[in-house]
Amino acid sequence: MNDFELGGTLISLIVALPLVSSALALVLRRHRVWRDLITLSTLVVVTAASVWLAIEVESGGTIVLLVGDWTPELGIALVADLFAVLVLPVALATIALVEIFAIGQRASSTGADPTVADPTLLVLTSGVALSVLTGDLFTLFVAFELMLVASYVLLTHQGRHDQVRSGMTYVVINLFASTLFLFGIAFVYAATGTVNMALLVDRIAELDDSVRLGIGVWFLVVFGTKAAMFPLFSWLPDSYPTAPTTITAVFAGLLTKIGVYVMIRFHVLTGMDDLGGLILIIAGLTMIVGVAGALAQDDMKRILSFHIVSQIGYMMMGLGLFTVAGVAGAVLFLVHQIPVKTVLFLTAGLVEHERGTAALGRLGGLVSKRPFIAAMFGLAALSLAGLPPFSGFVAKLALVDAGIDVSSTVIVVVALVGSALTLLSMVKIWAGAFWGTDPEPADPDAGEPALRPATRRERVGRTTMTASTGAMVALTIAIAVFAGPLFDDSTRAADDLLEGDPYVDAVLGRYELCCAGDEEAGQP
Amino acid sequence: MNVTLALLVGALTAIGVYLATSRALTRIVLGFSLLGHAAVIALLVAGGRAGEAPVVGDAEPEELSNPLPQALSLTAIVIAFGLSLFLLALARRSRQLTDDDLVEDDLEDTRIAAAAAEHDAPFDAATFDEGISGSDAEDSADASPGSGAS
Repeated sequence: MNDFELGGTLISLIVALPLVSSALALVLRRHRVWRDLITLSTLVVVTAASVWLAIEVESGGTIVLLVGDWTPELGIALVADLFAVLVLPVALATIALVEIFAIGQRASSTGADPTVADPTLLVLTSGVALSVLTGDLFTLFVAFELMLVASYVLLTHQGRHDQVRSGMTYVVINLFASTLFLFGIAFVYAATGTVNMALLVDRIAELDDSVRLGIGVWFLVVFGTKAAMFPLFSWLPDSYPTAPTTITAVFAGLLTKIGVYVMIRFHVLTGMDDLGGLILIIAGLTMIVGVAGALAQDDMKRILSFHIVSQIGYMMMGLGLFTVAGVAGAVLFLVHQIPVKTVLFLTAGLVEHERGTAALGRLGGLVSKRPFIAAMFGLAALSLAGLPPFSGFVAKLALVDAGIDVSSTVIVVVALVGSALTLLSMVKIWAGAFWGTDPEPADPDAGEPALRPATRRERVGRTTMTASTGAMVALTIAIAVFAGPLFDDSTRAADDLLEGDPYVDAVLGRYELCCAGDEEAGQP
Repeated sequence: MNVTLALLVGALTAIGVYLATSRALTRIVLGFSLLGHAAVIALLVAGGRAGEAPVVGDAEPEELSNPLPQALSLTAIVIAFGLSLFLLALARRSRQLTDDDLVEDDLEDTRIAAAAAEHDAPFDAATFDEGISGSDAEDSADASPGSGAS
């Protein structure tokens, strides 16, 4: 019982604390030191809480928090199962490290202080945590809105022309997906009389095949738009590169991954195996179209944005197989992608910070001038392409292995071709930005400020940025080192999801335990 | 199931989608308002038959209408309201910057169209001459998506 109380407290802390701090940081937004301090300490605290929660869940099983002790049919259930706590600490740690990078960047640049960025980032954090932990579809809708509204503001808060241009597309597409989500909730409620996922597991299974698959395809479109799967991805490569580096890094690491996360959760729990073939076809197309788009680009950030799309395909491949090994591979891939994608965008940001551009045509020779940045990019790029011994290799091996297990040869071949093309486009960035010679060494405009010795503030800022990127690289390496235990946990998580019963028992059992005797609590 | 409400949902969705696919952001805002209303009404229909106000003690539990979809609808309405405001702010900012609130072409589409125009010009000269020679920005924008497809 004590564990339940502790777990419940940790869950509410992770969701609620960022919102409270956000209000505080908004009030104190003009006091840079206080604002940074509140933001950073909040992110560190929720990261620590999520690690603690992960340890509790790993040893003691799923923790459920029924807000207000209502019955699952009426109230909000927050569920920390193994799948959730595998993703949550990595996601929150990534946001915290990006915030450190942002603080360093603000210290070393002379531009205007973006006062609303920190409070909004905290709202985004709460939205991400709630999306991961929620146990019912409507709270998921609210969590998505929380996350997306924050992302709209973060994308457009500087109000530059290109940001407004791409922000419009981004907002309209996501708003459309959200409206479809709301319709989907209405359909599910009409068909089953509940929006709680634990109750849906059985009730959706009882529906007619046509209704069941209709709901499955509807939510595939909804979550697929958020996740940027083929053919609903075109908003992503256009909008992400226009945001400031730290914002793009958070978006790249988290937003689309949360889309895939809920897709895995919903479709596996409700047993949409029949959609496996469709999901595999979409997965293959997403991989190839994404990476082909990347090959055609010549700007670091745009190349990396197309790779976000391509990598979504791999997670969907694991989902589409609907086997324990496949889903486990998808879970591991998801966990590995969050830090790797963020590192790649942060190094692109460091390059842009150094040279004022991320266009490959205007870069070169950085490997001798900034070897540390080059090394960090190289490590993350090799991990993205899936070369041993990095985390990407472990995750891709798990997926390919799962594909061979059920003899889905076509998707395995497509995945391997996609990997090779990913490597090719990483080599393109490497050759363009880090090798060779600088095409503009004697640019008089750029040369002048470089001669001026950097102030202490700038040096500290630059060191902070590099250090936080380095810490993120360490996180990706840690995932590779602990791949064994992580894969075991992923397998357990996948097993629980595919079976469905452990999840249902945890949620409904929790209600039996706490409040079933109290008849007033449930009935209106 | 109430047929009038179902038809209303259909009508609102149709008008909403039509407006939301337009290029002017103000129309898109209106479109999303209508779409939001449609979704909310769909939620209410999903809640089952109408009944007395769901206040405990006012009527027998069997005669009350289902309060859950109402609670969900209220939340959805508030969210939709906030987002409409955000879109309007975005439209205003766009007007400040470009003197209109039109959603502009996707960067990638424009580039692919330009590349296609360059490479395919000998094969499809008639269409592209129109696109290229039209110095008016809007002319080339209209012609380029078609040229990208060919």
